[in-house]
Amino acid sequence: MSEKSGLNRRHFLSVATSVAGAAGVGMAAVPFVMSFKPNAKAQALVAPVQIDISKLEEGQMVRSMWRGKPVWVLKRSPAMLERMHESGAKLADPDSEVETQQPAFAQNEDRSLKSQVLVVLGVCTHLGCAPLERFDVAPADLGPDWVGGFYCPCHGSKFDLSGRVYAGFPAPTNLVVPPYRYLSETLILVGDDTGASA
Amino acid sequence: MSNGVRRDAVTEQTIMSRMGDKGAEFVDWIDARFPMSKMLKEHATEYYAAKNFNVWYVFGVLAFVVLIMQLLTGVFLTMSYKPDAEKAFASVEYIMRDVEWGWLIRYMHSTGASAFFIVVYLHMFRGMMYGSYKKPRELLWIIGMLIYMMLMAEGFLGYLLPWGQMSYWGAQVIVSLFGAIPGIGEGLVEWIRGDYFISDITLNRFFALHVIAVPLALIMLVVMHILALHETGSLNPDGIEIKEHKGPDGIPLDGVAFHPYLTAKDLVAIVVFLAAFSGVVFFAPEMGGYFLEHANFEPANQLKTPEHIAPVWYYTPFYAILRAVPSKGFGAFLMAMAIILLFFLPWLDRCKVKSIRYRGWTFKVALTVFAISFVALGYLGLQPATDTFVAITRVFTILYFSFFVFMPIYTRFEKTKPVPERVTWDH
Repeated sequence: MSEKSGLNRRHFLSVATSVAGAAGVGMAAVPFVMSFKPNAKAQALVAPVQIDISKLEEGQMVRSMWRGKPVWVLKRSPAMLERMHESGAKLADPDSEVETQQPAFAQNEDRSLKSQVLVVLGVCTHLGCAPLERFDVAPADLGPDWVGGFYCPCHGSKFDLSGRVYAGFPAPTNLVVPPYRYLSETLILVGDDTGASA
Repeated sequence: MSNGVRRDAVTEQTIMSRMGDKGAEFVDWIDARFPMSKMLKEHATEYYAAKNFNVWYVFGVLAFVVLIMQLLTGVFLTMSYKPDAEKAFASVEYIMRDVEWGWLIRYMHSTGASAFFIVVYLHMFRGMMYGSYKKPRELLWIIGMLIYMMLMAEGFLGYLLPWGQMSYWGAQVIVSLFGAIPGIGEGLVEWIRGDYFISDITLNRFFALHVIAVPLALIMLVVMHILALHETGSLNPDGIEIKEHKGPDGIPLDGVAFHPYLTAKDLVAIVVFLAAFSGVVFFAPEMGGYFLEHANFEPANQLKTPEHIAPVWYYTPFYAILRAVPSKGFGAFLMAMAIILLFFLPWLDRCKVKSIRYRGWTFKVALTVFAISFVALGYLGLQPATDTFVAITRVFTILYFSFFVFMPIYTRFEKTKPVPERVTWDH
């Protein structure tokens, strides 16, 4: 064997060994990377939750928890709905066109199955803070145009009473409406929307 | 002082004569098996740095002292802390009330975190003033920046551990930032949390990263930082290379040995620093809510965000930038760029002169505006997101980025002063 072909052979062998070694390291990394994913126990804790709204008065809100996230159920009074419809606030997505933010049944003006009852995740779509309920009209800190809604204390995003985000604030999309359905007139099942339609 | 005297100050011979023959034999025995004397010479007794160091040159050593303190106090905290969402908050209170001297160890650790950032920010500013990032010290600067990023990760991971309101919502906000990455964002957030929300699983892994993974990486990077420094040699307030003027013995004429000359000077700085540090630990460990935030004395509540949420002071300049942008994706991008641009400083700066002492007015103005912007953003990041504050934040955000964006231009046409051959020094 000539010296040149010997060197070529060595070069080929070192490259081949390095590639095989790198592939091995890559594959060995898979179990470690995958171990970071939500595990079986975490996945098991995502069962739907029932929320009883029989005692909920108009203008009141109950908080519950689904998948570790706050779920809000707000019973809007007709006056609140009217103020919202007529406010003329500049919204980023007034017609709820971003499909990921609500089930198809909630793509309407009130973003709900029953127009009075809003079911929404209390998680700001910016960085996940829980917005505050600010149902008061024209408070000093939010200005005379405020007709009630949600205000995120972290970075100042504003949402209307249907969880639709005001344009020009850091939150990019409307609050998420989770899948839900009514088990009876006053019992809501969050996490399962089989057969639900507005 | 002549070079001869300096060199003789601590040499092998003097060490050995002090220790006697038995001692010398023992050192020989070790040196044949481990390069002890060689390493001591290379990195201490025969490592030469400029004799005109000023007070700005103590913060590297102080950062090292804080690192050691954080490692030590951290080990002892681990012995009493429980990384469990049900028990974490109570275990911190247990450390504060029931563990003997636990309050002192914890306050040293929490104050140490803020002290770390104070000395590191001053250390970085020193580098920017005297051009310590410039050729041939680019890698030294980059390794330093990596240490800074690791430090931010370490602080963030550690802040979740007490499982207070600010711990929880701070983690929620910062982890959600990764959701802004197009395409993979949401999956990545779930992967980091290991759950659909910040949960016990998240706490447990943050604990592992905070006490094992990141400290190991930090120690490794610090060793690399010092090796890189000792390879290029330390710069000085005049920004000139002392290696270019060596005596007949091969020792830089303007250099003094790190040990005992600079170690003695550093010892003074360490004493002053520890006095100030103790003052905070004993009299103001919360520092009015800046070192330990008030909302964190309440256990984490997943249903309620604190009314006023702000990160700890050392992140607020970047947090302010994030908040100033009315777009999630672009806000997160600018926030990341505010840090990433610092990595490119050695190449953005086109001026050949290193030290601010001999640089033109343009750089002096730019660096001043940059420093003011950084401090102002830090202040604004602590304030609520009202319209006025957001508007002011936008101005300082623009100024902050202007420092980097226009740097290649204003440094290229800079009118510099003549740089001296040898370091300037008052006897």
